[in-house]
Amino acid sequence: MGKTLLQKVWERHAVRTLPTGQTQLFIGLHLIHEVTSPQAFDMIRMRGDKVAFPERTFATVDHIVPTLDQRRPFLDVMAEEMMSALEKNCRQFGIPLFNIDNASQGIVHVIGPELGLTQPGMTIACGDSHTSTHGAFGAIAFGIGTSQVRDVLASQCLAIEPMKVRRITMNGSLRPGVYAKDVILEIIRRLGVKGGTGYAYEYGGDAFDRMTMEERMTVCNMSIEGAARVGYVNPDETTFKYLEGRQFAPKGADFAKARKWWASLASDADAVYDDVVLMDAAAIEPTVTWGINPGQSVGISEKLPSPADLGPDDRASVAEALEFMSFRGGMPIAGTKIDVAFIGSCTNGRLSDLREAARLAKGHHVAKGVKALVVPGSQSVRRAAEQEGLDKIFTEAGFEWRGAGCSMCLAMNPDQLQGRQVCASSSNRNFKGRQGSPTGRTLLMSPAMVAAAAIAGEVVDVREILDREEVHA
Amino acid sequence: MEISRFVDKISGRGVPVRGNDIDTDRIIPARFLKSVTFEGLETHAFEDDRKQLEERGQVHAFWNPKYKGARILIVNGNFGCGSSREHAPQALQRWGIRAVVGESFSEIFSGNSVALGMPCLTVSQADADALQSAVEANPQAEITVGVGSESIEVNGKKYRAHVPAGAREAFTAGTWDATGQLLDNFDQVRNVAKSLPYVSGF
Repeated sequence: MGKTLLQKVWERHAVRTLPTGQTQLFIGLHLIHEVTSPQAFDMIRMRGDKVAFPERTFATVDHIVPTLDQRRPFLDVMAEEMMSALEKNCRQFGIPLFNIDNASQGIVHVIGPELGLTQPGMTIACGDSHTSTHGAFGAIAFGIGTSQVRDVLASQCLAIEPMKVRRITMNGSLRPGVYAKDVILEIIRRLGVKGGTGYAYEYGGDAFDRMTMEERMTVCNMSIEGAARVGYVNPDETTFKYLEGRQFAPKGADFAKARKWWASLASDADAVYDDVVLMDAAAIEPTVTWGINPGQSVGISEKLPSPADLGPDDRASVAEALEFMSFRGGMPIAGTKIDVAFIGSCTNGRLSDLREAARLAKGHHVAKGVKALVVPGSQSVRRAAEQEGLDKIFTEAGFEWRGAGCSMCLAMNPDQLQGRQVCASSSNRNFKGRQGSPTGRTLLMSPAMVAAAAIAGEVVDVREILDREEVHA
Repeated sequence: MEISRFVDKISGRGVPVRGNDIDTDRIIPARFLKSVTFEGLETHAFEDDRKQLEERGQVHAFWNPKYKGARILIVNGNFGCGSSREHAPQALQRWGIRAVVGESFSEIFSGNSVALGMPCLTVSQADADALQSAVEANPQAEITVGVGSESIEVNGKKYRAHVPAGAREAFTAGTWDATGQLLDNFDQVRNVAKSLPYVSGF
């Protein structure tokens, strides 16, 4: 009987079964950042422990960094204190830090892959739920809390319960104007925001085979929004090509050997899954969230649900969401006026995302009264985009071009919604208050859809614009 | 805030916080994470939900004086979804909560809670609702949560609960603070590291 990638990687990293029945799992790569690590370092100092594997630990700053003026000291005293704490901790324990003045700095889930730190077959942990992103490489990667960050710092291990695997097979071609973001929004909508509890999601089928690494990262990134702590794609030629030549990837003869090992870790053809779901890529349309969790979404041509049409389980949460958003059941999402447009985040802040958004923005202008931000996921993405002239396209179109960071995805920095503003956002969470204003409203969608909304001043179907542009060309 | 090493029977009054999919941004909004300690988080638990209710002349259950001093939080489905911030269970525990009972929990939230010695017990949807109603009807009602026995008792009525086997054992055996046992076989850890090609060379 064949094995899944999760089983193979788990077995290679299992140190022992603990008396509790949990697995003591070795963590191959530990990524840390300024928000969830300072207390963990204090705890290990208090215990008198060392960092067990500082060479397998990498730090960067992303959540609190301002994207407009990145000079030190930061104007925000608390943010500055968190920066100093991370700098001190990394110095004391010998951990490499990609600091704000380092050309490799950026959102932790953007720079890990970019630097070649993220590799197939690794176990990867980080005090951030979007660590599932790294699963795009065939790694088992998941978010942890601060006490677990302490455990990994001290022992490079975690006490963890085994996971089941749900295979999500998607065949068919995505239609023009439909992106990886729409794929994951559709998966979450179909399987529910708690559907993945206890599972790792394995994404496969020809729709995923054709995806670039950046597209796979977008899908794996939001696995956690469907309650799957882990989401992964089996490593293949696309994965190996992406990794070759990156700073921390194996070089020369080692690369050939690594490639062989990586390929051997992919799920076997006769692997047994705990659950299998089949989906059709061609049936997906541009998708937009209308509510207060990432499962509350509709296709752009659909109408919002009405509480009256729903069963008792969904009625209350749909009514709550509609009330918070000031929407009514039965109305279309297209035509919703927006105040802010945000392109960026660990979900959609990579070069291909910016290219697609720039394609929509080129030769147009942001609608009057709309504040539009483009925030590259890393300094390296920013440099590459500038080399292609994307920054000029954006600024000429009236978008602000910013420095790298998490920015308006979570509002721990100066980029925040005000009052009841509506934001078309390429980020990952539409929770109440997520973007900094307790009453702010978030509509999640693909970067292309955000760019289109910024220009129209309202939610529009990006396919109509793409069709029109084709006619003009 | 001393949490005992062995976590099994927890008794106290309850506080019901109703609603599905209450995410960790709602339990503790991100702006309160801007700190290098967890101190004072309890004063901001559910802050935005609380303020929005206050504007409408309503009181959030967590801040309703009649539930003051409660030790058992009773919630509904998918509680603690979203961000992995340990600040969420930290805020609840520092407020005084010692056990959370609900229909289901996000795994990161319940994992973080294990590491703090605060068990999350799941009950059926109907029982979560019944427990919330019982506490709403009588906030003084004494609730007994049994981790080892996987049960909740209130007003002489017993409800069946579930705690994942690993967590259950960790609580009752007093090993929920995992660092010690993860370090007591470090040679084995080194051997696993050495066996991995990406650590020792391809």
